[in-house]
Amino acid sequence: MRALPRASSGPGTPGRHTARQGRAITPYLFIAPAFIIYAAFMLYPLARAVHLSLYDWDGLSLATFVGAGNYTDILSDTRLRAAFGHAGAFIFFYAVLPCGIGLVLAAVLTRAKARGLALFRTLVFLPQVIAMVVVSVAFKQIYAPDGLLNTVLRSIGLDSLTRAWLGDYVFSLPAVGLIGSWVSTGLVTVLLLAGMARIPTELFEAARLDGAGAVREFIYIIVPSVRAELTVALTLTIVASLKTFDLIYMTTSGGPGSSTTVPSYEVYRRAFETGQVGSAAAIGVTLTIIIFLVTLAVNRISERGA
Amino acid sequence: MSPRGKTRTLALAATAALALMLSACAPGSEAPAPSAPQSGATIEKDVAKMGEQTLTVWDQEVRGGQNEQMTKLNAAFEAKYPNITIKRNSQSFEDLGKTLRLALSGTDAPDVVQANNARNTMGAFVKAGQLLPLDDWAKAYGWTDRYPASVLKYSQYSTDGTTFGAGSVYGLPQVGEVVGVFYSKKKLESLGLEVPADWAAFEAAIATAKEKGETPLLLGNIEKWPAGHVFGPIQGAKVPAEAIEKLGFGNAGASWTSGENQAAAQTLADWSAKGYFNKGVNGTDYDAAWQKLTKGEGVFLMGGSWMAADLADAMGEDVGFFAPPATAGQGAHTTGGTGLPFTVTAKTGNADLAAAYIDFITNKDAMKVLADTGNLPVLDTAAHAPASGVLKDVYTAFESVTTDGVLLPYLDYATPTMGDTLGDSLQGLLDGRIDAKAFTEAMEADYAGFTQGQ
Repeated sequence: MRALPRASSGPGTPGRHTARQGRAITPYLFIAPAFIIYAAFMLYPLARAVHLSLYDWDGLSLATFVGAGNYTDILSDTRLRAAFGHAGAFIFFYAVLPCGIGLVLAAVLTRAKARGLALFRTLVFLPQVIAMVVVSVAFKQIYAPDGLLNTVLRSIGLDSLTRAWLGDYVFSLPAVGLIGSWVSTGLVTVLLLAGMARIPTELFEAARLDGAGAVREFIYIIVPSVRAELTVALTLTIVASLKTFDLIYMTTSGGPGSSTTVPSYEVYRRAFETGQVGSAAAIGVTLTIIIFLVTLAVNRISERGA
Repeated sequence: MSPRGKTRTLALAATAALALMLSACAPGSEAPAPSAPQSGATIEKDVAKMGEQTLTVWDQEVRGGQNEQMTKLNAAFEAKYPNITIKRNSQSFEDLGKTLRLALSGTDAPDVVQANNARNTMGAFVKAGQLLPLDDWAKAYGWTDRYPASVLKYSQYSTDGTTFGAGSVYGLPQVGEVVGVFYSKKKLESLGLEVPADWAAFEAAIATAKEKGETPLLLGNIEKWPAGHVFGPIQGAKVPAEAIEKLGFGNAGASWTSGENQAAAQTLADWSAKGYFNKGVNGTDYDAAWQKLTKGEGVFLMGGSWMAADLADAMGEDVGFFAPPATAGQGAHTTGGTGLPFTVTAKTGNADLAAAYIDFITNKDAMKVLADTGNLPVLDTAAHAPASGVLKDVYTAFESVTTDGVLLPYLDYATPTMGDTLGDSLQGLLDGRIDAKAFTEAMEADYAGFTQGQ
C-alpha cells in the first residue's frame, strides 16, 4: 500500500502534499464500512453491556448506579464463584482432554496409513456438525436412570455403579463435561490431521534410522510439528468451553442444586428470568475478559515455545 | 501512523465513547412514572360506539386447545363488533416471558398482554407502572362478583407492586390450574387400596404401596421445578393456609422456619429416604415420570392438572385425579393457580376497549368455549365438567379447592429469585444433601431478604 503512491508522485512534485493527506485517510475509508458494521453490532453492544454492568437494574424501572458492586458480587456470591469454577473444569473436558485424545488419534491415523482415512475423518468430525441441542437431548437419554449407560452397566454386572448421572451431585459435572469432550475431539483431530499431513516423511525415516520408536517419533517429531494447529485447537475449544450455554440449558439447568451451572447460564437466568440485568451484564463482561486473557495466554505460550 | 500510535488513538476513541455513554442517562430512565389509578373517569362499555379500532393482543395460547379457544373468542369478538380488528401476536410461554419486558418498555407497546402472575413478571411490570390498574372497570363490569376472591387475588397487586394478592385488580385469567395426585385405577385396585379421602389416608396408601413392592410416587425433577408441585400439597396439608399465602405471595408476616414448614420439608425428605420415589428423581425428565405412570411403573404421580389431557390420551379411563384434603370431606388446601391473566398496558390507546375485550374473553359464554376446547375454565368449573374420565375429576377438584378449600400460590411467585432457591433446595432435600432445617433456612433467607427490602 505504502509503496504505491510514492511511485506515482515523486519527491518535490506539487501533488505530494495532498497525496500524503490522502494516504493517511484512504486506508480508513476502506476499513470504514466493515468497521461501522462491527462497531454497531459488536463494539456498541459491548460498551452498552459494560455500561449496564455498573447499575442495579431490573430491566424495567429506573436503574440505580452501584459502581463495581455487581463485580464484587461475582467474588462474594458462592453460586457465581462456583459457576466460574465449573467453566474452569469444562476447559479440561472441552480442550485438554480432546487435545490429548486428538493428538494420539491423529498420530495413529497418520502413521498407520489406515485405509479409509477420509471415512474415519468424517466420522470423527460428525459431532461438530450436529446441533448442540440435538447432542444434548441424545445424551440426556443416554444418562437417564433407565438410559443406555445404566443398561450397559447393569448388563455387565456393575449395578452398583448405576445412577442418575445428570442428577448426581458428584457425577453430573463430569457427565456433562464428557459430552463436551465428545463434541470437541472431532474438531481437534481433524485440525491435527491436517497439520501432520504436512510433516515430510523423510523426518520419520531419519528418526527410524536413528532407532526411534513410535513413542519417540510422537514426542520429538509429531507434537512439535503441529504446535500451530494445537494452538488453534486449544483456542477454539477453550473459548467454546467457557461459553458453554446450550449444553447446560438443555440437560441439567445448572442442577442438581447449582452443581453444573456456568457463567453463560447465569447471564441468561439473570437477564431474562430473575430481573437482574446489571448483574447479568457484569458476569458477561467478566466472562469476556477471562476468555480474552486465557486465549491470549495460550497464544503467548505457544509463540514463546516456537 | 505507527502501530503504537494507532492503538493509542483507538484506545482514546473507545474511552471517549465509553465516557459519553456513562454520562448518558441511566438505564430505564425512559420508562414512564407509575401511573396513578384513574378514578372518576367515565367508562365506556359499548364497544360498538368506539369507532374503527385495532386492538393488539399478545398471548401465549399456542397449544392445541388453547389456540383453538383464543381463535374462537377473537372471531366472536370481531363478529360482534365489526368496527374492531384484533391483531394477535401469539408466542410460547417462554418466548413471551423474554420479549414482554422489552415490548412493554418500548414505544410501540401492545394493548393487552398475558403476563405471568409472579413477582418477577407481573409484579415487576406493576412496579414499573407499565400495567393499568383495572379497579374502575372491575366495578363497572362486576368482575369482583364474577371471580371468587381466592382466584382474583392471583391478579391483584398494590399499585406500587409491594403487596401481592391484595390491592388493585390488574388482569383476569381464563383458566385454572390445580396440583393434585394422578393415579392408576387398576394399580390401586390390585393393591387393595381405596382412593384416599384425606391426607393421612394418602400417606398410608403410599406406605402400603411401598410394602407391596411398588414404586409409590413418580417424579421427574431434572428441571428442578417439578418437586415444587410435590412439596406444595404436602405443605398445604401441614401448614396453615394464611402462612403459605404470605410465603407464596412474598408478603411480609410469615416465616419459613416455623415448625410446621419444617415438618412439611421433613415429610418430603422422609419420602425420599424411604425410597418412595422412583430412583434418581433429580436425573429423571419431567415427561419421563408421567410416562412411567402410563406404563404401570408406579402408583401415584403428584402434579398439575395440565397433565390430565396427556395422561387421558395414554391411559383412557384408567387414570384418576384427586386432591387430598387435610380432613376428609373438606376442601383441600393445595397448590394451584390461574392461567396467565390478561392485563392492560399503561401505554394502550384505548383502555376501555382493552377492558371490554378482557371482559368478553372471561364471561360465561367464554367459559363454555374454554370447556368445549378442552381447557379448565376458571369459573363455573363443575358445571362444565365432562360426564366421566380424569377431566371430570380435575374439574371437580378445582371447583372444590376454589370454593371449599384454599388454592395456594406457587411458591416461586414469592420473590424474583425464589424459582432458583426453591428448585436448588428441593433437589438438595431429595438427595439428602441438606436436611429439613437447612432447607427451610435457605427458603427463609430468600423470602426474608426480599420482604425486608420492600
